[in-house]
Amino acid sequence: MSAPLLETRQLAVEIGGRRVVERLDFSLDSGERLAILGRNGAGKSTLLSTLAGLRPPATGAVLLGGEDAALLAPREAALRRAWLGQFHADPFGSTVLETALTGRHPHLGRWDWETPRDADLARSALAAVGLQGMEQRQIHTLSGGERQRLSIATLLTQAAPLYLLDEPLSHLDLSHQMAALELFSATARDGGAGVVMVLHDPALAHRFCDRALLIHGDGRTELGAVEAILTAATLSELYGYALRQIEDGGRRCFIPE
Amino acid sequence: MPSRHRAFLILASLALLAALSIGLALTVGSLHIPLVDVAAALAGREVPDIDVVLELRLPRALAGFACGGLLALAGALMQVLLRNPLADPYVLGISGGAGVGALFAILLGLPVLGIDGLAFVGALGAMFLVFGLAHGDGSWTQTRLLLTGVIVAAGCGALVALMLAIAPEDRLRGMLYWLMGDLAQAAGWLPALLALVVALALAMPFARELNLLARGMLQAQALGVAVHKLRYAIFLLASLATAASVTTAGSIGFVGLVVPHLVRLATGNDQRLLLPASVLAGGVLLVLADTLARTLIAPQQLPVGVLTALIGVPVFLALLSRQPK
Repeated sequence: MSAPLLETRQLAVEIGGRRVVERLDFSLDSGERLAILGRNGAGKSTLLSTLAGLRPPATGAVLLGGEDAALLAPREAALRRAWLGQFHADPFGSTVLETALTGRHPHLGRWDWETPRDADLARSALAAVGLQGMEQRQIHTLSGGERQRLSIATLLTQAAPLYLLDEPLSHLDLSHQMAALELFSATARDGGAGVVMVLHDPALAHRFCDRALLIHGDGRTELGAVEAILTAATLSELYGYALRQIEDGGRRCFIPE
Repeated sequence: MPSRHRAFLILASLALLAALSIGLALTVGSLHIPLVDVAAALAGREVPDIDVVLELRLPRALAGFACGGLLALAGALMQVLLRNPLADPYVLGISGGAGVGALFAILLGLPVLGIDGLAFVGALGAMFLVFGLAHGDGSWTQTRLLLTGVIVAAGCGALVALMLAIAPEDRLRGMLYWLMGDLAQAAGWLPALLALVVALALAMPFARELNLLARGMLQAQALGVAVHKLRYAIFLLASLATAASVTTAGSIGFVGLVVPHLVRLATGNDQRLLLPASVLAGGVLLVLADTLARTLIAPQQLPVGVLTALIGVPVFLALLSRQPK
């Protein structure tokens, strides 16, 4: 039995001295999808970058493919997980294709240049997010949603077995939101990838994830199957706002009272 | 993204341009020497006025090429390090520190070697000061680094002004020429050229990682770049390259800011091409500017820094006005 893609052991996360996550234990296997939900400032993004090994845990450990993320060389970590951040600042010009190709970095040796095969991978990733034909566009000229899809394409080009997505739906219109979620679900179902995503819509989390992790922001976390944990009662408490739950054909919808 | 083949072609043409610019620098001057004589002199044959070529113009052209290359390389690296297209080699106070050292040496009446020595000490002093202060809280962010550099540079500027104010008349001219950048005093072309080769050789293995760093620290780290180590290394490398250049020829402006931008506009922002192309283009620009500086109003010589600024300001303004955003 191979090691899980992602595992935390007694993980604690701090922001500016405040404990936002405490004694968190969970593991994520191939093909699993986990949603992280919580209020603004609860520590979702900080937890996610800790899971990616981009910042050290306050205490405890994060294991990527069975090895302590703190001990992994950055390049080795980049082969085990891909991380989508919330913010993109592009001070210098670059084309769409060049940007997607940056995902190949961990796969290339120090003196290697990108091969036609790398370019093909980048092109098919761009096509997967609907950016085909825009390879030579300058990234400054993209809209917010197109820039976000380009970041997703870069992630696909990286081709790591674990995706850590911080608000992957930001800037996306409704159809592209669904397309992005379908894309990652298919990657998990057919490609055996693990997916962890920070989401703001519990209905989408219920529909596209297997489990959900609720972050209360004071150290408390709750983890469970979406069926059990995404209910009006738990979510009303999580967001501090009364929600009503509506079921329709196996799908759930939450309406603010 | 340029292919390897295209990158090689661009670099080969720039290298040809570099050879031509140095050839021009050797023939042109108050004493015109035909190119065939220059070639013969370089080949070791006895020709009239061989001394002018071998002992005056060649060292000066080589020093100019090395300094231009060092400044352009340092500028390109600083722009990545600070993720700011407006960064230049002097933005972090290196030239300010060197200026304080050099002017102090001139004030004391030290010989050229003493001026160079103190300029280098001053540059290193500013470098460690900025490093220490910016690193103080462990955050080492671009903003903190930039602010610290600007403040240290301002402090050095005040000390420079102070020394100019109290300097005796006969030393002022030497001080001003140093501050504007001047290759006439450039005695050591060999250390500068060696520094250029070493700096480029050290930077090139990290060129693709620099591409990622320019896009953002977290993104670069997520894609497998050891960001913290790389940023320390780039800071040290760019600072030392700048120090080597200002020690050789004073603070020549605008080469380090404009050349990386010109190259970026022409070839794109892939550091694997941008770094060596900037080195060559910076060298060419400074050799040409210096040739102009010593021929425009010959026999009097202008400080080359004035010319690079006079060329650089309009070019840069033109670049800024055609930026897409």
